[in-house]
Amino acid sequence: MSDNSNTAPAGATAEQIENAPRRDFLLISTTTLGFTGVGMAMWPFIHSINPAKDVLALASTEVNLEAIEVGQAVTVMWRGKPVFIRHRSEEEIAEAASVNIDDLRDKQTDADRVQKPEWLIAVGVCTHLGCIPSGQKLGDKKGDFGGWFCPCHGSHYDSSGRIRKGPAPFNLRIPEYTFTDETSIVIG
Amino acid sequence: MKRMQTNNRLLMWIDERLPIFSYSNENLVSYPTPKNLSYWWNYGSIAGIVLVIMIVTGIFLAMNYQPHADVAFQSVERIVRDVNYGWLLRNLHSNGASMFFIVVYIHIFRGLYFGSYKAPRELLWMIGVTIYVAMMATAFMGYVLPWGQMSFWGATVITNLFSAIPVIGDYIVVWIWGGFSVDAPTINRFFVWHYLLPMILFMLVVVHMWALHIHKSNNPLGIEIKSPADMMPFHPFYTIKDLYGLGIFMIIYMYFVFFAPDFFGEPDNYIPANPMVTPPHIVPEWYFLPFYAILRAIPDKLGGVIAMGSGILVLYILPWLDTSKIRSATYRPIYKQLFWIFVANALFLGWLGQKPAEGAYLIMGRLSTAYYFIFFFILPLVGKFEKPKQLPVSIFEEVAKKCRTKED
Repeated sequence: MSDNSNTAPAGATAEQIENAPRRDFLLISTTTLGFTGVGMAMWPFIHSINPAKDVLALASTEVNLEAIEVGQAVTVMWRGKPVFIRHRSEEEIAEAASVNIDDLRDKQTDADRVQKPEWLIAVGVCTHLGCIPSGQKLGDKKGDFGGWFCPCHGSHYDSSGRIRKGPAPFNLRIPEYTFTDETSIVIG
Repeated sequence: MKRMQTNNRLLMWIDERLPIFSYSNENLVSYPTPKNLSYWWNYGSIAGIVLVIMIVTGIFLAMNYQPHADVAFQSVERIVRDVNYGWLLRNLHSNGASMFFIVVYIHIFRGLYFGSYKAPRELLWMIGVTIYVAMMATAFMGYVLPWGQMSFWGATVITNLFSAIPVIGDYIVVWIWGGFSVDAPTINRFFVWHYLLPMILFMLVVVHMWALHIHKSNNPLGIEIKSPADMMPFHPFYTIKDLYGLGIFMIIYMYFVFFAPDFFGEPDNYIPANPMVTPPHIVPEWYFLPFYAILRAIPDKLGGVIAMGSGILVLYILPWLDTSKIRSATYRPIYKQLFWIFVANALFLGWLGQKPAEGAYLIMGRLSTAYYFIFFFILPLVGKFEKPKQLPVSIFEEVAKKCRTKED
């Protein structure tokens, strides 16, 4: 299609040549407007599959810690995932604090990972490929470091939820949470 | 196929193996189109674009919709209230259905007026009628999905049409429902059909385009393309004309989406489906009203269903009912009048369809139904006895004549 290009073809009349910039302007402005419009119209579609308002409204979880004894652990659901809450004993706290930071894969002190040392609150999803590590229940395998053990690919976490052995690259994630009083927290 | 001309070696490499560029060029760019197409020829492309909008909005709605009798209604309300821009998707989709029918009805009447169904475009027309039937089925099942009172009772009434079939009718209705009334299995399967049919519809549109591109568009004069002087390349002349028409159409469409989203809907459909109570006044969606009026005009159950079905199916044999060789109604003085009466009559039937079927409405409905069919069945005689006007020699000459009058 030679008349597709906007340069005046050979043998064009004076009027056609004079009109060429006008046609360029029309073509470019129409195309720009068209693409911008379609681009903007795409946003509602893309955004519609983001979490909806009712999903976001359920995005935080309240937990009462009062009933959890020392050494006991509970699992609560937060945003569709398990959150491990462990009431740690003095020994566990001491052990977690005594670890040499340089020996860790994902270097974090225990103090960085808790708000109150007796409460460890971590997202119970292995940072390797998303399985749920065992170690919450009494008879569960807790791995070589007294924390959690992921049955999928053998990652060992310590009592601070830090990765110590196995393929996982990071420590168990710590969710955002706040103490609303001595024994209640809101996660998220 | 004429090869695309380009210096880009990658494009040439691809085109030699899979001629998509040559094909696009042949069918969208240099595609020869009659010079004299009026704005009545915009509606095909608009319908295609509305179909794409319907499919895209439908896919995104389906991501949040739940086809279960217990939660379907709430899930639609959740889409409107909680899902980001869900209200927009829903309004685009529900109003898009009405827009689709408006556009397609104009498209069909365009074909009727200008004789676009005549040889050699009979199959093109018949595929079009099939698309229209598929559209009606899709629209009907889509209207059931929000599971409001109108959805439920519309589904009940329409599916009960099949119970008019002698002997096996009752079994067929139970088979369609998947139970003994419209219920959970029904909405589940209707959702599946509502998702599947548009895909089939889309493929039918491709075949429609294929058939169209064999003999090219008809035109307002209804005469054949005789020389290259009668034609223009599709791009940029008709791309820009289609875009302009699309712009106007979108303004109207968006007016309803943003300012009157429930204009075409029934308030009763915001009451959750209740199998124990029928709303006092049941009407189908506006685009079914003319056929609904035909159904009610016949005082016999089976007869009514047959009449209504024939009202649609008669379009399939139209190319053979109309014996006139002249396509455009412009040159057919009698057909032209019958056509406009037919248009008015169809609108009148639509108006009657939403009135109660009693007294004067019923009598008018019967007369109107009679004309609907008379129109089709006197066409063979009209073709025989009508004296057509003198046809122009060529498209080019007619266009040139108009240009000269303008200059004068």
